[in-house]
Amino acid sequence: MKQDFSELRLDRVTRRFAGVGGKAFNALDELTITIKRGEFIALLGPSGCGKSTALNCIAGLLPLSGGTIQLDDLRIDTLPPESRGFGMVFQNYALFPHMSVERNIGFGLRMRGVSAAETTMRVANALKLVQLTGQEHKLPGQLSGGQQQRVAIARAIVIEPPLVLMDEPLSNLDAKLRIETRAEIRRIHHELGRATIYVTHDQDEALSLADRIVVMKDGVVQQIDRPQQIYAQPANLHVARFMGYRNVIEMDVEGATGDCVELRDRGIRLSGVAMQAPPGARAMVAMRPEEIVVGEGPQGRNTLAVRVETVEYGGRDSLVGVVTATGARLFLRTAQSAAPGDALSIHVPAERALVYAPTPA
Amino acid sequence: MNTQTSALARAPFDRTLLLAAPATLFMVALFIYPFLYGLWLSFEPAKGDWLANYHKFFTADNLWPTIWTTLKLALPATLINVGIALPIAFRMRVKSRYQRLITTVLVVPITLGTVLIADGMLTYFGPKGWLAHLLELLPFYEGPIRLTHNYWGVLISLVISGFPFAFLLILSYITGIDPVLARAASTLGASPAAQFRHIYLPLLAPGLAMCFCLAFVQAYSVFPSAVLLGAPAGPTRVISLAAYEAAFEQYDYSLASAIAMIMGFVQLIIVAIVLGLRGLFYRGPVVGGKG
Ligand SMILES: Nc1ncnc2c1ncn2[C@@H]1O[C@H](COP(=O)(O)OP(=O)(O)O)[C@@H](O)[C@H]1O
Ligand SMILES: [Mg+2]
Repeated sequence: MKQDFSELRLDRVTRRFAGVGGKAFNALDELTITIKRGEFIALLGPSGCGKSTALNCIAGLLPLSGGTIQLDDLRIDTLPPESRGFGMVFQNYALFPHMSVERNIGFGLRMRGVSAAETTMRVANALKLVQLTGQEHKLPGQLSGGQQQRVAIARAIVIEPPLVLMDEPLSNLDAKLRIETRAEIRRIHHELGRATIYVTHDQDEALSLADRIVVMKDGVVQQIDRPQQIYAQPANLHVARFMGYRNVIEMDVEGATGDCVELRDRGIRLSGVAMQAPPGARAMVAMRPEEIVVGEGPQGRNTLAVRVETVEYGGRDSLVGVVTATGARLFLRTAQSAAPGDALSIHVPAERALVYAPTPA
Repeated sequence: MNTQTSALARAPFDRTLLLAAPATLFMVALFIYPFLYGLWLSFEPAKGDWLANYHKFFTADNLWPTIWTTLKLALPATLINVGIALPIAFRMRVKSRYQRLITTVLVVPITLGTVLIADGMLTYFGPKGWLAHLLELLPFYEGPIRLTHNYWGVLISLVISGFPFAFLLILSYITGIDPVLARAASTLGASPAAQFRHIYLPLLAPGLAMCFCLAFVQAYSVFPSAVLLGAPAGPTRVISLAAYEAAFEQYDYSLASAIAMIMGFVQLIIVAIVLGLRGLFYRGPVVGGKG
C-alpha cells in the first residue's frame, strides 16, 4: 500500500452492467484522466450518470470491464480494495454501528497493525481535525447527521491515504450544514495535501470545491476543466444545460465571422459565440437567466421584445418567465419589478449567448 | 399544575388496547392456563408430600439422568446446526443465480417432518441401507457402522431437521446487515476474514444467540426421532420420553407434569445463560448511518 504518490492515471476505465432485458450497457465509458497529487477533482453529473460507478472502480469495490488504473508506475486496478488503501467516504456514511467513534476512526489503523499508542495519538489528531474531540466514546447512533459525516471523513483520512474518495458526502445534510461542511472538506484537503475525488450532483458544490471538474452524462465524460471554464464555456449543450444555461432556443444560422455567429428565427435576430465547430444551417443558442438583462442593448443589438408570463419572487431578485414574439419561452433574473402581461425589452451580450450544434434535448 | 397532572392521569381509556384482547385470551387459554395447571398438578402427587414428584425425579436412576441424556443430544445438535448454518448463510448473503436453488434445497427438510426424516434415515443409514452398501465398496471399510438405533441416529436427525431453521434465521440476520459496512471495512484495509470477524460477527452475535436459543429449545424437546432412530431404553432415553412414560404408561399425570416442569426449567436456564451473554454485545440497528 502506497502512502504517497505523484499521479493517478485512469486510462479508458470502463464498467459494464447488465441492464433491463439483459442488454449490457456502459455505466462508465472510457474515463481517462490523470490526477496529480494535491488536486481536488469533482465528478459532476445528474443522478445515474455513473459517478458512483467511477468512484467504486477506483476504490476497488467494482471490478473494471476495461481500461487500467495506475498509481505512478504501479498498476492497481487488479488489486482488491484492502490493498489499494484509498480512504473512502460513503454517501450514507457506513459507520460501524457497534463501534465507538474512536474505534470507528481507529479501524483502518488497527487493520494496518499500527501500535495501540500510535493509533490513540493519530485518532486524537483526526478527531481534532474534524472538530469532534469529546465525542470519542459515543456510538454512531448517538451522533447527529453532521457529526456522523465528520466521523466518516476522519475515518477515511486517518490512514493518510494517497487518495480520498467521497461519494456525495453532503447530500444527507441540511442546507446550512452543507455549506459549513463544504468549507471544512476543502480545509482538510489542504491540510492532508493528497488528492481528493469528490462525487456530487450539485454544481455549486463542484464549483466551490474543485480544482478541476469532470462533467459526466450517461457514463460518458462531457468535459474536464477548471470550474471557471465549465461555468462560462460549457463544451456542449448537455454541460450548458446542467450548468444552468436554462434558455435554449433553436435558430437558423445566417452567417458566421470567426467565432461570431449571426442567428435568426423569423422576426428575431441574435448574435452569439460559437462553442463548437462551425454550425450548419440550424444551431442552438444557450443563455443563463442571470445574464439576460432588462433594457436595450448597444444600438439595439441582441434585443428582444417580450411579454412577461410568470414572476417567481426570490428575495434579492425574481425569476421572470417571458415569451418572445415567435413563441419561445425564456427566463431571466432581475431585481426590477415586473408583472404578468407587461411588455419588456430584454437583451443578452453577444459573448454570453453560446451557440452549439443542434442536439436532441 | 396539579389539575393538569391529574387530568393526564385520568387520560381516556385507549381503545386500541382492546385489539390486544384476543391475543391475550389466546395466550391465557392455550399457554398460561395449561402451564399453571401443570405446575399445580406437579405438586399434587398420588402419594407422599407436595414435593414427592420432584424428590422422585432426582433420586430415581431412570429419571434424573435424562436431563443429561437430552442435553448431550440437544447441545451438540444446536452447536452443529448454528455452526454449519453460519458459514453457509454467510456465503449465501449476496444474491447470486444459485442462491435461490441452494436455499430451496437446504430448506426442504423443514417441510418433511421428523417422522418422514426418521423413515428416510432408517433406509439410508440403516445396517442394510445405501450408505452401508456404498461404504462396503471402500477397501478400508471394516465393520458395519451403526448410525441408527443409537445416539448418532438421533443426533443426525436433529441436525437434518434443525438445520434449515437455523439457516433461514441466520440468513435473515445476515442479509439485514448493510453490505456497505463490509465495503467500508475493505477500503480501510480489512481482508474478507477481517471483515467477517470485525463487522459481521459482532453485529450477528445477538441474532446468533437468539437462533441458538430457539434451535436449542427445539432440540431439547426431541421425541419422535429419539424413539424411532434412537435407543429409547438407554442412550437416547430423553426427558420427554420419561414424561411420556409417566403419563401414558404409568398414568401418573402428576409425575409427568413435574418432569415437564423440570424440562422447562432446564431450557430456561440455558436460554437465560445464552441471552445473558448476548447482553455483552452491541444490539442496535445494523445499518451504517442515517439513510
Ligand atoms: N450493480 C449494478 N447493476 C446494474 N446496474 C447498475 C449497478 N450499479 C449501478 N448501475 C447502473 O449504472 C448507472 C450508473 O449508476 P451510478 O454510478 O450509481 O450513478 P450515480 O452515482 O451517478 O448516480 C445507473 O444507470 C445504474 O442504474
Ligand atoms: Mg451515486
